[in-house]
Amino acid sequence: MMTDFATGTLFLLGSFLCLMAAVGIVRLPDPLTRMHAATKAGTLGCGLLLVAEALFYGELGISLRAATIILLLLFTTPVAAHLIGRASYRSGVELSKRTWIDELGTAIGKANRQGQLPVDDIRQPPGRPERPPDR
Amino acid sequence: MIDGTHFLSWSVQAAMFLLLAGMALAMWRLAIGPSAADRVIAMDLLSLLVVAFLVTLSVYTGESTYLDVAIAYACIAFLGTIALARFIQRSAEERLTRSGSQDDD
Repeated sequence: MMTDFATGTLFLLGSFLCLMAAVGIVRLPDPLTRMHAATKAGTLGCGLLLVAEALFYGELGISLRAATIILLLLFTTPVAAHLIGRASYRSGVELSKRTWIDELGTAIGKANRQGQLPVDDIRQPPGRPERPPDR
Repeated sequence: MIDGTHFLSWSVQAAMFLLLAGMALAMWRLAIGPSAADRVIAMDLLSLLVVAFLVTLSVYTGESTYLDVAIAYACIAFLGTIALARFIQRSAEERLTRSGSQDDD
């Protein structure tokens, strides 16, 4: 009886968080913030749904499978998000106009002024304005 | 007083509707996304939503086999996302070395 209410509430919460991830992907201004919304809210929502599933069945095998999926998501989603963010920054996407800290861009600009590149594979993306050091 | 099983079946159906709405929004971003990175992010979220939908579907139909499908799908979606992200980065770096090779090296 109480388990049913807990399971139903977890289902509603998890799917609502997944929907919020999708709303964030549509409404946020640039790829980095969209990546942030999709990754965090989506992972938490999916994890809540899996916990609800394990509560619903209440069997060992299904709980183990749900725990496997949760662990898989917790390990793979940050890696994928990091790679997408890196690729989108280096491909020179336009950041949001309200971005006011860009530490990687500042470091690259400083290194370019000193005539050296910090690491071999970090280069100034085309069309990225050089930002002032600190504000 | 609301019945527990009635609330559970209602909330599972509501969860499926919410997940479908989320998939529609992700599809919208996939269609209009201005840069390739936006589309890859939308694909990533779409695969996450498909995993969540499979989980909900396995409760809705009572078939626990859908969980195995969800495990396999999560693995494949991760590989696809990584491949697409590396492709974006590689093509951007190639464009960079072709256009701006006079000021470095």
